[in-house]
Parts: sequence; structure tokens; C-alpha cells
Amino acid sequence: MYRKIAGTTFVALTLAVIVGLVPVRGDEFSEKDVKRWQEEYMSVVKTGRELWVSADLGTNGVACAQCHPNAANTHPETYPKFQQQLGRVVALRDMINWCLQHPLEGKPLALDDPRMVAIEAYVASERQGVQLAPGKH
Amino acid sequence: MSTSRLTRRGFLKAAGALAAAGCLPVSTVELAFADRSKSFTFAHISDAHIQQIRGTKFVRNWDRGLIRAVAETNLLAPKPDFVVFGGDLAQLGKKSELDHGAEMLSKLSYKVYCVMGEHDYYLDLGEYWSKLFGPHYYSWDHKDVHFVVLNSVLTYDEWTHERWPTQEQRMLEMAGLDNPNGSQFMVGEKQRAWLREDLGKVKKGTPIVVFSHSPIQKIYKGWNFWTEDAEEVQALLRPFEDVTVIYGHVHQVQYNQIGKISFHAVMATAWPWPYPQSYALAKSHLPRLTVPMNRADPFFERDATGWQLIDMKNGRTAMRYNLYNNTNRAVAFNPKTGRPEDTKFQEPTAGLPPQVHY
Repeated sequence: MYRKIAGTTFVALTLAVIVGLVPVRGDEFSEKDVKRWQEEYMSVVKTGRELWVSADLGTNGVACAQCHPNAANTHPETYPKFQQQLGRVVALRDMINWCLQHPLEGKPLALDDPRMVAIEAYVASERQGVQLAPGKH
Repeated sequence: MSTSRLTRRGFLKAAGALAAAGCLPVSTVELAFADRSKSFTFAHISDAHIQQIRGTKFVRNWDRGLIRAVAETNLLAPKPDFVVFGGDLAQLGKKSELDHGAEMLSKLSYKVYCVMGEHDYYLDLGEYWSKLFGPHYYSWDHKDVHFVVLNSVLTYDEWTHERWPTQEQRMLEMAGLDNPNGSQFMVGEKQRAWLREDLGKVKKGTPIVVFSHSPIQKIYKGWNFWTEDAEEVQALLRPFEDVTVIYGHVHQVQYNQIGKISFHAVMATAWPWPYPQSYALAKSHLPRLTVPMNRADPFFERDATGWQLIDMKNGRTAMRYNLYNNTNRAVAFNPKTGRPEDTKFQEPTAGLPPQVHY
């Protein structure tokens, strides 16, 4: 029942947009929007930082920040790149999972796990301003 | 079965020791000097960060680093006169961690002098550490060289005594290298007064070697590669001709010359740290003299860790870095230029690609 109503509404709205009855334009956003998007991003960075110093990602109490203060020596700007020890071109998240499994003696995260996104967001935020250099070793 | 396993294990142990002795980079020939009595060696091991998981479980990776340094140091020939442990034996200052670390250090067949690190200190302010290793700062004379150990990881009284609800939290806040809630290290007025008095009894021509955990120079404040009263301590050392400061904490090759004072950092046995210039959002004053260590390969867990053998020749030091999974390095005082220099890589054209950090 609900699905039927929702479906009808969707079709009606789509038609309305097409014939120009509803004034929606894709390229318009306000400062309020920008502020909200930035806040959303920063809240994920914050989560990433919390995970970075957390002893709970692995099983041995070791945290990412122990070897990588301020996420230094992670070089997110160089990925994807050939990682000689893995024998193939990998993304940063593959290396994050490698670290979770080895120095942290834990389990890898699913590649679309919100925690993985948060860790990547934090790493990138500490490296902002550095030019992209994919493939660089 | 158990007999054969024991035998096999015994064999592997002996074979391992032989293999390690075979690759030991350390010269077994003492060079002849004008005054041989003034030449000797000592070893320096630092930053083991022994970390308890729970009960009898400790982080295997950090354990292996210290065990290897101790085993290799015991194989040295000729034997070093003593060993210095440069601080951060424990990760969170716990008795269990200090005990476990002390047990490993007890295998050293030499006299051991210990330096306080912040990871040893901020749980109980060095109380249990003192029971195991003695006073927090002290000095001794050895073959006409005056050696001093400082506790350089003190900080403001308010931070230490008033800011944190529990000693566990205080320890955790100081343990995070990049934690903005941490605080600057310092030697402090009381200890500087002691040092002034201690050095007052030493003849001016005597070579001085100072051991501290943090650098007695200012490199990067954000990670405490820094001692807040470094200049005041340097001023006390200035009247002496040959002064060397050897420090831990930074987990990397660093060296510098400020006036007549040579500075050398040592490797950790636990894990390497990035150079501050590789943190894009920070400025640092990494000494320009330093040719960096190789960038660490994380797939070799002992890479970019190691320990040091120090040659003392007529009051000057040569630091030999014994690096696991890397080419060994030697940084020696060059009397011609009056500063420590890498004996192989100092020329700008002599560097290796892995020595480029970014």
C-alpha cells in the first residue's frame, strides 16, 4: 500500500520536475549547506582520529598512532601504488587492513565499513595540502 | 620426543647465535691510539616499550626487539665496558611491564645503567622504576670520562599533580606522542642545580657524556622531540671541550653539533618513528647535519629498529648503528670539521633513495 503511494508520488514529482512545475536546480546550495557538509566531514575525521589512537581496533592493545603520530609516514597521496611486498597495485585501505592484521594482530575491516572511511578521512586530513603523487614510492 | 625437541631447539638456538655472530657488523679489532687506555666501547639499547596485553601476554613484536638487542650485545667482541638502556622500557609504566623488561635486561652480561623515559615515569612518577634501577639522575667516572644520566622527561607541576583524576589517565595522556593533552619535557631547576654542582667537581679538560631520554635540543615540540630547558642545560655543559649528549625517545637516526656539544639520537628496539618533516602540517628544526635512516619497510617488523655500539676515543664518540634488515650506519666525530658526520653517506651525492623522507 505504502509502496504504491510512494511510487505514485515519485512518478508525479518526476513529471512535475520535467515540466518545470517544481523549481529544483542541481547547482544551487547555500552557505548553510556548505557548513553542514563540512561539519559532517569533520565528524567523520574525528571518529577516524578516535580510531587512530584506539587500542580496540586490534587485539594486542597497539594503536595506529603508536607508529604513525599524526598519521605521518602513511603517504595517502601516493595511493593507489605498487606495493612490492603484496606484488600488486593496492589502495590505501588495503594497507590499513594489512596494518590491522599484522602490527595490531586484528581482523581486517570490510572495505566499505564506516570505520574504514573514517580512518581514511583522518589520514587525508592530516596530509591536506600535499600534492597527489599516485604510484610514488 | 621431548628429548629430540629439546635437542633440536638447543641446536637451533646455537645455530641462531652463530648466524647472528656471523653477521654481526661490529669490528672485533681495536684500532691503536696514542693513548689506548682512553679508548673503550659501550653499548646503548633504548625504547623497548614492553607492552602488556593481559596476564602473561605481552606484545610479541616489542618483546622480540629487546630480546634481539640483548642477545647481540652479549655477542660483542671485544666486550663493551658497560651498557646503557636509554628509557621507555615500559609502554604504560606498569610494574608487570617494568618487571618483564628488567628480566630481559638481566640477560645482559655487562653492567647496565638505566635512563628514565616518560613511559616509565608517568604512572607512579618513577617509584617502581627506582626500586629496580636506582636513582632518576646520577653520574660516574669511567676511564677519565665523566658520565651523567639525567631525567629529562619531567614537566610542569600542575600538569603532573593536579590535572588528571587518576595516575592511569596521566600515563595514557603522556604516552600518546601526538596527543595535544601531553606536556613539554624538562630537566627542571632542581636537577639543573644538581648538575651544576656535579660538573663543578669535574676538571675542565675531562670529556663529558650525558644520557637523557628526550633530546637536550629543540627539534619538534608537537612530538616532544624537545626539552623545554634545553638551552639552560647546554649552558651548564658549555665550559667543557668534549661533550656528547646521547638521547632516545625519537626512534631514529639524528645527529647535530651545537657549539662544542655533539648530539646523537639512538634507534628504538620496538618501532621506528617518522621524521617530523614528514608531518605535512608541522614545522620542525631537524638538524641539517642528519642524513636520515632508511624509510621503514613495515613488512619486516624489525626494520628501522636496532641498537648502538659507541666507540669512545680520546673523549670523542663514534656511534655505530646496528640496524636489523638495513645497512648499518656509523656516525663519528670528524675532528677536521668539528662535528659528527656519517662515515659513508654524509656527502649530498652519497645518499640512498630510501633515505628520502616526505
